[in-house]
Amino acid sequence: MPSLAPPGVALKLTGITKRFGRLTANDSISFALHEGEVLALLGENGAGKTTLMNILFGHYTADEGKVEVYGEDLPPGAPGAALKAGVGMVHQHFTLAENMTVLENVLLGTVPLWRPTLDRTAGRARLERLSREFGLAVHLDAKIKALSVGERQRVEILKALYRDARILILDEPTAVLTPQEAQALFETLKTAVGKGLSVIFISHKLHEVMAISKRVVVLRHGKLVGEVATTDTNERQLAEMMVGAEVALPKAPAAAPGEAYLELRDVSLPPEGRRVGLSGVTLELRSRQITGIAGVSGNGQAMLADLVGGLAVPASGEIRLYGKPVTAWSPRAALDAGVGRIPEDRHAVGSIADLSLTENAVLESYKTAPQSRSGLMDWAEARRRAEAIIARYDVRCPGPETRIRLLSGGNMQKLILGRVMEAGPRIILANQPVRGLDIGALTYVQERLIEARGEGAAILLISEDLDEILALSDVVHVMSEGRLSPGFARGTKTQGELGALMAGQGFDDAA
Amino acid sequence: MRLEPVASRTMARTLGLPALALAGTVVVASLLAMLAGANPFATLGLILKGAAGSKFALLETLNRATPLIFTGLAVAVAFRAKLWNIGAEAQLYAGALVTVLIGTKLGLSGPVAIPIMGVGAVIAGALMLLVPVILKVRLGVDEVVTTLLFNFIMLLFISMLLEGPLKDPMGMGWPKSEALDRDMRLPRIVEGLRLHWGFALGLIAAVLVWILQSRTTLGFEIRAVGLNPNAARFAGIPIRAVLLKTALLSGGLAALAGYSEVAGLKGNLTLDLSPGFGYTGIIVAMLALLHPLGVVVSAIFVAGVFVGTDSMSRAAEVPTYIADMALATALLFMVLAILLTNFRIVRG
Repeated sequence: MPSLAPPGVALKLTGITKRFGRLTANDSISFALHEGEVLALLGENGAGKTTLMNILFGHYTADEGKVEVYGEDLPPGAPGAALKAGVGMVHQHFTLAENMTVLENVLLGTVPLWRPTLDRTAGRARLERLSREFGLAVHLDAKIKALSVGERQRVEILKALYRDARILILDEPTAVLTPQEAQALFETLKTAVGKGLSVIFISHKLHEVMAISKRVVVLRHGKLVGEVATTDTNERQLAEMMVGAEVALPKAPAAAPGEAYLELRDVSLPPEGRRVGLSGVTLELRSRQITGIAGVSGNGQAMLADLVGGLAVPASGEIRLYGKPVTAWSPRAALDAGVGRIPEDRHAVGSIADLSLTENAVLESYKTAPQSRSGLMDWAEARRRAEAIIARYDVRCPGPETRIRLLSGGNMQKLILGRVMEAGPRIILANQPVRGLDIGALTYVQERLIEARGEGAAILLISEDLDEILALSDVVHVMSEGRLSPGFARGTKTQGELGALMAGQGFDDAA
Repeated sequence: MRLEPVASRTMARTLGLPALALAGTVVVASLLAMLAGANPFATLGLILKGAAGSKFALLETLNRATPLIFTGLAVAVAFRAKLWNIGAEAQLYAGALVTVLIGTKLGLSGPVAIPIMGVGAVIAGALMLLVPVILKVRLGVDEVVTTLLFNFIMLLFISMLLEGPLKDPMGMGWPKSEALDRDMRLPRIVEGLRLHWGFALGLIAAVLVWILQSRTTLGFEIRAVGLNPNAARFAGIPIRAVLLKTALLSGGLAALAGYSEVAGLKGNLTLDLSPGFGYTGIIVAMLALLHPLGVVVSAIFVAGVFVGTDSMSRAAEVPTYIADMALATALLFMVLAILLTNFRIVRG
């Protein structure tokens, strides 16, 4: 049925420009979101997606340009205005109070502060109706901390709907979801759009953009470089628009492994809080080899990473480095032994947000010359080191004195990668090194790892992404409930067989 | 109404708001003076005159600033590492106690005792803070509580000593210790002027702390640990050791306040040696945004308000409590000014 009238415009951005010092984060960006469509906003890390959304929500004030919602101008720099106009946002990092229930979280902030009691009954009825209508099943009286990531995201969406959002913005919504959860999210979005909602879907996962969106807007270096109907394009074309050149995932050629640099022999660790422990893990990291650890997250990978990184000491069993048993083990000892570590959480563990790039660049090496001599820092030297990393590892930033907080995830990761590589590590722990990165940064990080392998490093790659593990690893182990399978050489196990192991099936006779 | 961080501090805010805070303080102090029956327009002049109007007044202000520089530095150093040392008062008294013990009980005589007393005081203050910090890093005991409680323990302990073994037999029954010999006192910087070397020591300490924080690996470690202990631990920074070193440094600095008050000014130990210098040090450090050189400026400012209003209340024949109230007002306004430098108020 051809539409008789063109759909109304829900949201319109006109000539939005935002500069931070020398960096133009948004350069005259204009596009419109139509009623009842899913518009994908695609771009690399640092392309300006987050800045744009912050402007829309009044967290930043644009230097130029204006935002219209349903034909009405949105006052700049007023965070309440977008909410009031019916724009709801689901952030990549959820904004929920862990020790409160789902219902309380949704009601939070919708009731004026001076009201002495909370009208839960009316709120509950409305929420139950919304949850039914949009197929967002979640137990209203459950505490947030008891919910899975997928469920938490549903709460965030419900929160937006509860506040009468007619425009829903999802920032990297699938970055934290399992494939099944992502599928459920897509169903929800389809229902929502069917009911007249308009959705902006921010992502850099191309197949998802292809699957869910009606139109795609592509940003690169703060500029709008393309606006296409999804049916008129394909993943390859989108990728090119995003990074500006043809890209290919790196394929790691087979290598002849060298001697064992790091060995874990029958290592066990008790569980710690909600983290799964390790039971009898045996692992060998060889020179010129990438050892991949596949598995669903939360099966002991965090503990294994802590062990290799120096944060945890085995309760039983032994760590051997370069053939000798390790006696004292700590992050410092690991660094001194030539272990380079790319941590899972680059924001909270890999970097210190309020320190500059320079300071973050020398965070692991500040004690050695030339960064410092007899306890005195040489900041000029530290700055040179940071500048070298920025140049060599393509870290896009206003300068080495910028606080690292202001960098996008990909650029932050490149700085951490540079910090690790510049130390000339013989063993590299890469824990989820490309999670949340766009294709450009992802390829870059993976290529550097392959390069390091070529130079003789022993690499431990931990990832939830089985494709990534299979593309890069020479040997694959599977982790399940704190146990580690024996290593399988490249190509000896099918994806299905590994999947069964990841589910914990046939673990005892896998050898 | 909500507070929102401002993207960048403007010059107008950074300079204008503290000026407004000062003006507000003057208005409130004048109103208080008026309530007490004095001419409010005369009081401002009297405050300024009392704080800096004469050589004597200025030196009095600098003398009063001296212990505040030390306690302010002690707090600034600790707070950088997010080590909440509320116990500068106890460390100050520990320093003062050891100064008096070394000066009067060891049979030392002459200027040779001056550095020995100083070193002893620093060690005492350092150990005083080491205990709560060991409890913190080993057992997770909250240092806010322990350091605060140590203030009362220390004061009661000193009280016991001054009523017992340390009581000056010639003291006509007052709870005070014997006085240091004249030649054990910190000399005056310029002969004839009532300003002792404690002030110069304070300036030197401020510069040294500044160098430590900005130029040394320990200073870098302290900042990293304060900003993000998880990332610091991951990067191989020994957190416990850094916190213990910070504690030694902070406690030692606070103890120098007690040392300089006893050896530079009072000569003996009494229970009113410090009218809350340890607590005021927190305000001094906060006003200085934890910057060691800023501590010197804010210590002199706070001391000036103390001395100026004190002198005003005497000249205008109003109660001396007005000095305390004026200072409290100044601090509240200043804290508000600092808040509004970094945040703006948004309706809705």
